[in-house]
Amino acid sequence: MKKSKGVIIGIIIFLAVVTFPFLYNRGKAAPVPELVLTETAKAAQQCVRSKDYMQREHMKILDLWRHTVVRSGERVYVNPQGKEFNMSLSNTCLDCHSNKAEFCDRCHDYASVRPYCWDCHIDNPKESK
Amino acid sequence: MNKRYLLSLIAVIVLFLISYLGVEAVPGSKWLFGIVIPYAALIVFVAGFIRRLLTWSRSAVPFAIPTTGGQQKTLSWIKPNAIDNPSSKGAVFVRMLLEIVTFRSLFRNSRMKLREGKISYQLEIFLWVGALAFHYAFFTVLFRHLRFFTDPIPLPVRLVEDLDSFFRMEILQDFIQIGVPGVYLSGLVLLAAVTYLFLRRIFIRNVNYISLASDYFPLFLIFGIAFTGIMMRYVLKIDVTAAKQLAMGLVTFRPNIPQNVSSIFFVHLFFVSILLAYFPFSKLMHLGGIFFSPTRNMRADTRAVRHVNPWNYPVKVHTYEEYEDDFRDKMIEAGLPVDKMPEPQEAAAEEEEEPAAPPQEPPADAADAAAEPEEKE
Repeated sequence: MKKSKGVIIGIIIFLAVVTFPFLYNRGKAAPVPELVLTETAKAAQQCVRSKDYMQREHMKILDLWRHTVVRSGERVYVNPQGKEFNMSLSNTCLDCHSNKAEFCDRCHDYASVRPYCWDCHIDNPKESK
Repeated sequence: MNKRYLLSLIAVIVLFLISYLGVEAVPGSKWLFGIVIPYAALIVFVAGFIRRLLTWSRSAVPFAIPTTGGQQKTLSWIKPNAIDNPSSKGAVFVRMLLEIVTFRSLFRNSRMKLREGKISYQLEIFLWVGALAFHYAFFTVLFRHLRFFTDPIPLPVRLVEDLDSFFRMEILQDFIQIGVPGVYLSGLVLLAAVTYLFLRRIFIRNVNYISLASDYFPLFLIFGIAFTGIMMRYVLKIDVTAAKQLAMGLVTFRPNIPQNVSSIFFVHLFFVSILLAYFPFSKLMHLGGIFFSPTRNMRADTRAVRHVNPWNYPVKVHTYEEYEDDFRDKMIEAGLPVDKMPEPQEAAAEEEEEPAAPPQEPPADAADAAAEPEEKE
């Protein structure tokens, strides 16, 4: 029939849209980001909280820290184990994890997350690339 | 209380329990919910969608039935309404495009009311606003999700993400903390719109009356998808890297289940799988159906071009001239007027052949006519 040409084009477009992710990656498995721990981080063994918690909720801690420091002026964070930390991205977090490109950026790039931490903290003198 | 929406609600709750308890309680079921069901759902979606399109493409359009809202193309000094009464293919395309991206026919939705004993028509705009918000939010959410299915992530996806999260809102209380990662507006709009579309079916009495379980089910399901998505991102927090690892495994045909994927993620994925598998068999097929709507995709040129019904097979007709040829002599004998008077000699010659032929023909015609369409196929 006359109409069938349009239908075939429509079906091709539909298939192209639906299979776009398959075609785009062409079966290549994207490498899973591997994080590099610095010597300091390895020596410390334990982050502020457990690894699982940090993986999922580190942004909440950072947000809370910023809020507590800026609004309340408190600088001491006590974790569930009773250990005290200075609430500071530059001086506590980036002290151990000084390798932003091999630590922070790996997952952030992988998951397309662009946090605004680095709007201010990027020029931190402590950071070494 | 209404059985039809209760049924749909219970269905979605059961789906939630199946996936949540399944992943929590049954070891090894992550393979089922994370790999087998998503693949199966995608296959059902694609195959079912195409099958539906082919069925529709085969169905006949017996009449030219474009609905129009303006002056048809006519005499040269009368201005036609090119888009609302399209007479060319290009105009149909423009009309179709506007219909798809702006829902113009829904915009014209009006409601009749009796006011002081008089009938009045009011513009009923909320359904249009709700539908527009719903569809665009859903599209944005869908498009954003490409970040989980591509590597490297295409620039348009990143741009949409940035645009979607431009409005920075942070709630930081003891009991709730939302704002990091950045809040996507599309997710909230989607949830609000789907809630509105649901409440509309509950509270507007005449809409409630015509709502079926198949109207409520997709709404609850989409609500569930949006809700679990929002929970994952802002409240419960899942390991995004692991989620992407699973998604990438699916689209590169190297399926794997990373260690620390939360159960809520599997619920989300299961809901999406159900939606995909349900899609080709439901009202959601209006995604493909809009292109097959004769009221939209036909040219309104009914006065210029004859629309031939595709059902029309070549019918054997017995015209009046032929009828007269068959019975002319008898007609003349009976004194009936005839169009063509026979010449004297011919009439005498024909008389010998005539009698056998005429009675046979009419039944033969009828049989032909009935049998022919099947032969054509």
